[in-house]
Amino acid sequence: MSVLAERAVGRPLDRVEGEAKATGEALYAFEHPLDRPAYGALVQSTIASGEIRALDASDALRVQGVLAMVSHGNAPRLQAEGELAVLQSPRVCYRGQIVAAVVADTLEAAREAAQLVRVEYAEESPDVVLRDDHPKLYRPEKVNPAFETDTAQGDLDAGLSAAEHVVDAVYETPAFHNNAMEPHATIAVWADGRLTLYDSTQGASSAGRTIAGVFGLDPEHVRVVSPHVGGGFGSKGTPRQHAVVAVIAAMTTGRAVKLAVTRQQMFALTGYRTPTIQRVRLGADGDGRLLAIAHDVVEQTSTVQEFAEQTAVVTRMMYAAPNRRTTHRLVPLNVPTPSWMRAPGECPGMFALESAIDELSVACGIDPIELRARNDPEVDPENGRRFSSRNLVECLRTGAERFGWADRDPAPATRRDGRWLCGTGVAASTYPVYRRPCRALARREADGSYLVRVAAADIGTGARTALTQIAADTLGVPPGDVRVELGDSAFPAAPVAGGSAGTASWGTAVVKACRLLRDGDGETEESVDTRAEIEAAEQLSRHAFGAQFVEVRVDLETGEIRVPRVLGVFAAGTIVNPKTARSQLIGGMTMGLGMALLEESILDRRFGDYLNRDLAGYHLPTYADLDEIDAIWVEEDDPDLNPIGSKGIGEIGIVGTAAAVANAVYHATGRRHRRLPITPAAVLAG
Amino acid sequence: MRDESQAPVLRELALRVNGVEHALTVDTRVSLLDLLREHLDLTGAKKGCDHGQCGACTVLIDGRRANACLALAVAHYGAEIVTVEGLAENGELHPLQRAFIELDAFQCGYCTPGQLCSAIGMLRELEAGHPSAVTTDGARLSPQEIRERMSGNLCRCGAYANLVPAILGSGS
Amino acid sequence: MRPFEYERAGDAAEAVGLVSRRRGARFLGGGTNLVDLMRLGVETPELLVDVTRLPFDRVEETGDGGLTIGAGVRNSDLAAHPLVRERYPAVSSALLHGASGQLRNLATTGGNLLQRTRCAYFQDVTKPCNKREPGSGCPAREGEHRNLAVLGWSEHCVATHPSDLAVALAAFDATVRVEGPAGARSIPLVDLHRLPGDEPHCDTVLEPDELVVSVELPPLPLAAGSRYVKVRERASFAFALVSLAAALEVRDGVVADVRLALGGVAHRPWRAFRAEESLRGEPATAESFGRAADAELEPARPLRDNGYKLPLARTLIVRTLGELAESA
Repeated sequence: MSVLAERAVGRPLDRVEGEAKATGEALYAFEHPLDRPAYGALVQSTIASGEIRALDASDALRVQGVLAMVSHGNAPRLQAEGELAVLQSPRVCYRGQIVAAVVADTLEAAREAAQLVRVEYAEESPDVVLRDDHPKLYRPEKVNPAFETDTAQGDLDAGLSAAEHVVDAVYETPAFHNNAMEPHATIAVWADGRLTLYDSTQGASSAGRTIAGVFGLDPEHVRVVSPHVGGGFGSKGTPRQHAVVAVIAAMTTGRAVKLAVTRQQMFALTGYRTPTIQRVRLGADGDGRLLAIAHDVVEQTSTVQEFAEQTAVVTRMMYAAPNRRTTHRLVPLNVPTPSWMRAPGECPGMFALESAIDELSVACGIDPIELRARNDPEVDPENGRRFSSRNLVECLRTGAERFGWADRDPAPATRRDGRWLCGTGVAASTYPVYRRPCRALARREADGSYLVRVAAADIGTGARTALTQIAADTLGVPPGDVRVELGDSAFPAAPVAGGSAGTASWGTAVVKACRLLRDGDGETEESVDTRAEIEAAEQLSRHAFGAQFVEVRVDLETGEIRVPRVLGVFAAGTIVNPKTARSQLIGGMTMGLGMALLEESILDRRFGDYLNRDLAGYHLPTYADLDEIDAIWVEEDDPDLNPIGSKGIGEIGIVGTAAAVANAVYHATGRRHRRLPITPAAVLAG
Repeated sequence: MRDESQAPVLRELALRVNGVEHALTVDTRVSLLDLLREHLDLTGAKKGCDHGQCGACTVLIDGRRANACLALAVAHYGAEIVTVEGLAENGELHPLQRAFIELDAFQCGYCTPGQLCSAIGMLRELEAGHPSAVTTDGARLSPQEIRERMSGNLCRCGAYANLVPAILGSGS
Repeated sequence: MRPFEYERAGDAAEAVGLVSRRRGARFLGGGTNLVDLMRLGVETPELLVDVTRLPFDRVEETGDGGLTIGAGVRNSDLAAHPLVRERYPAVSSALLHGASGQLRNLATTGGNLLQRTRCAYFQDVTKPCNKREPGSGCPAREGEHRNLAVLGWSEHCVATHPSDLAVALAAFDATVRVEGPAGARSIPLVDLHRLPGDEPHCDTVLEPDELVVSVELPPLPLAAGSRYVKVRERASFAFALVSLAAALEVRDGVVADVRLALGGVAHRPWRAFRAEESLRGEPATAESFGRAADAELEPARPLRDNGYKLPLARTLIVRTLGELAESA
């Protein structure tokens, strides 16, 4: 070990699996080589509510090469509830629910046969439209994952009536679909009482445990392999119904079964972000100091299982105000169950809050950066806890300088360049710092190199690379001497890649294992578990912060919006790898631009499903939607986080971006858009 | 009435993939993409949408970029196909592959093979003087041209900010 | 996808023969829309007759300064063709504003014209659609229709035609040459596509066994300055909300001749005859252009959620003509 070795953390290392990805060698779930696999194809319900009366597979079974059809009538009984209780009952709770599956020798036969399965339904009238006066509105017990549903401090009404400036507005976001580029896929291999899944998952350990539970198997007998995952953004955080179907199919046929959800099917089966209706009330004194903040959220869940997005939770810690309240209400509808999508809660919540703050800045005549600085709290306003670090204002100020904010004339609709009205906007961003217990193994190989194993997932985050750097520094060796293996539930159990907690959680375990190996007395392998220290960590308010600056050009007569410039400034502790971190932050902001201007899952109010269920109808941002976009960060040394000093960066990029765009559109045009996305039709409607 | 149990129609097919001749019998329904992925063990080209809407399946057919998911394999008999697996020569990565790695032009990597094949095809089109929707006078490599011409390749990770300089650098 | 047979035709007559002898047979061009629809179960052909290797892959000059475009010419090749760019730049531009680079390399001229609506109900075989299943109903009228028709729709169908190319060809008086069992015929492009009426399942006037072999563009000097503009939700690779092909000839400040066609507004590419008529002989001013746009859009009947298309179409007409008048 050399004390002079240059630290790997902080260096822009190339992605360690870069070559595998650039040559096509990296294997994703559906691609693991198998001898004579069978293929599965799903049959989805064509009603949104009711019961299956009869299911006729005779035509499907006559298709040459078809091996089996499974449905609630013949599927094995599962130990599952909610969405994973697939093919267990004739009940249909949403359109697109899996009602059967076909297994065949070829993909073509399976898909054809699936189309030939005839299902008769007793249809009931579905309830699919979210409204804030829906009679079935209810108060969930907790919101995702375990936050209080409602909070209140002080006297909101008193605060509002004492205020000189009040904003009281309703913001709406539509349903959004994660739409990772790799459609969810599973290969299930069932042999000798053991199950192997090649799965597109953000968490091999938890996927294995969940599937074992569903099938009543010993978790030791279930292995989930997922070395490469083509994006997830939350939607691959938990096993989905198709994985259960793949296992049923493998058990039924004795064949290895490959099953990929089609892009169209993803709009019903692999999660999405709930639509929201959010009322935000802000009251401020003449100096722009907040006296009251209220954030009341209405959103949907399914009748299959509850998912309560924590949309207003972010408002509990963002700004100081003596009088505050947040609430969440849900409507259970005949729709697929909403789920995690990049920054669940913070992302839609901050669209509303940061739009409202911008409205308040207009009402008060105070620059939006200054307004935020004036309301930056000393301690977490909800619980009085110390912030481990809070550099929101520094992000705002740094960004203002870099972006050229000082010269900004706040008057709206006054800058024209040809057909374009030009404007700039800013919004704040934040994301909590989580850390979860994790195990890891470090081993010194005979050739002097090191192996690190942890059942982490690299869904494109750069986890493999970051952990390599962390391990190398801990061991005091160059990163080239370290091989990190992840994406396999046979490795030491790790939490899911979610909540922007991957590097912190896995990294803590990797550091611990590598330290033991480094400081030990010649042992060649160390295995660790970080549960005790993580559970013992001091209760602080830990959050990353950021600010997005956006320039827009709006053509009021065609409704077109262009975004020539986006800058994000973040305070996220130690940046382990500036190259991959920048990519991830920009990626989050890019998704935020999509949310602001393009994306919307359009509900078919009559039939109850999402209509624009492909990538021609659901517009992801593409190359031409982006111009200059960059992410930078401020130095932040936070000793109260983890051994690496890092905060998560996977989600914060999207948080705030949509508000910054909407705020810029206001500055350009003088028109406030409180409903996303801001499409040409929305602009033309004024 | 159509006989629902009719057997698949099989046809002989010969084509070259990454310089290797293949002669095989395929179901007429098999797309070029599924031929590569499920029959020839070339899983580099990806299935992202199966409807020509994402570009992840982009390969070079007779030197031109095309969506392999909408190409029926039988219709491409005699074709010369190049996939991401065929871009490196004699173990040397294609300059574009190197640029993608160095400039971090991907995150999850799922759209990457399509991006690479598309970029190579796009640069050839540009070299041949093909215009784009943003071309005003002559077609020249520029960030704006890349953004327009590559818009058929979606990247949900949002790597465009790095893809553009990677393509720009290795194409000029 | 149902199993289907696949044949390669040696010439047009053989292709037509193969298709006319077999119910449920279809011609296969680039496949970018047909294979897409087969995978959705919307199209279920029993036989595909591959016409991509027929000798219709060239763009040739006609003696009088026009062009004959083979139906098999790929969209990318047509867009890049020097004579197309020189004489009919809006045709090139329309192609380049459609689809993606890799799709344009597959898609053919004939196939582009015959592509089918992207109405979400049409593409979903589990829902009613009069175009897909005559008599089943049109849920789009009361349902999701924000990108559907404002002109010429019927109670049976509010679909739009998605082609960009067809819009430019409609503007420039193109004719389509088809071969069928009874021989060849030529159809003005503006008459190729139908309005839905009570037979929305018929997109065009073609019989299933008629094969598009070429498109003829007559000489049209004013087309040399033509433009194609398109507004869409995404900056690239998206279907039009509204698009416009326009060519203008101004003499002494007066409109001598004009060609206008709109896309994204109707079941067919919408040649703006009313606007053209109102403009000829009028001063080439914004006021005239506005009156022309209003004349064209006067019969429009927007649906609940697509009224935005009218001001949008008006803007495109007025602006584009203004720009053309300025550059003339």
